[in-house]
Amino acid sequence: MTEWRPPFALVGAWLGLLALLALTVTLAYAPLGAANAVVALGIGTIKAMLVAAIFMELRHRSGLTLIFAGAGLFWLGILLWLGSMDFLTRT
Amino acid sequence: MPERSAFAPQYASIPHRDHTAELGMWVFIATEVLLFGGLVLAYFVYRHAFPQGFAAGSRHTEIVIGTANTAVLLTSSFLVAWAVEIFSPVTAKIVTWLLIAAACLGLVFIMLKGIEYSREYDEHLVPGIDFQLAGPKANGVQLFFVFYFVATAIHALHMLIGICLLITLAVICRKAPTTRHHTALHSAALYWHFVDVVWIFLFALIYLPGRSSS
Repeated sequence: MTEWRPPFALVGAWLGLLALLALTVTLAYAPLGAANAVVALGIGTIKAMLVAAIFMELRHRSGLTLIFAGAGLFWLGILLWLGSMDFLTRT
Repeated sequence: MPERSAFAPQYASIPHRDHTAELGMWVFIATEVLLFGGLVLAYFVYRHAFPQGFAAGSRHTEIVIGTANTAVLLTSSFLVAWAVEIFSPVTAKIVTWLLIAAACLGLVFIMLKGIEYSREYDEHLVPGIDFQLAGPKANGVQLFFVFYFVATAIHALHMLIGICLLITLAVICRKAPTTRHHTALHSAALYWHFVDVVWIFLFALIYLPGRSSS
């Protein structure tokens, strides 16, 4: 009986996520100045993409599902972009 | 898989029903993205205004508990994805145990969060109830902790709802699971993974800033 075993992709994603977690915590203590925030959010984005692509099965989806899943990100982009423009450009 | 009742009349087939359910879940997740997105926008605006205070506030958080909780949540997400992947009448027992294990990890997350909250209360870091930090950074730190408590409490509420969903599905899937149950489990799994993604970003925003400076 082999049908209960998790597929390799799931195990790989899980171990990869734990490795990225260790990496992001380690890098948080490295003195990178302003780059610390970029590194933390960059690694967070990679982790989120792993979860979305493999755990949420988006890598097997196409067309309408990807549009529906991407819609949230699109609105979020508008929210964060227009919402923070004033604060980022104020002198 | 045995089908207890036919799909509703608005659907052409079982795959049509399942596809519609998945799209509906993604619409719901889009609304959730905007809920947490508003919080994150507020975080960025105030962090931009009080960078020192936010870095100092972040250093007051319990990074060991935060890191452990991230690992716990990633692992429970893995177990749920595993359960969805192998779902069939033959594996019903294993699926049930995987879901129970994932729900237990969710409870571990909530318990660790509770320990963290009580430590912050002991350190007088809860704005509006008992906040006693003084000094030039105090205002920024207080704003940081307003975000911290609002965001983590809303996230914890999502966790509690997710745990209830997982336990319900574990009970339902125990006997003669059908394609309907697989669809329900798939939707619940999408929600659980989304709550995991939210935590990934909350972890980066709450626990990591300011660690490399003193």
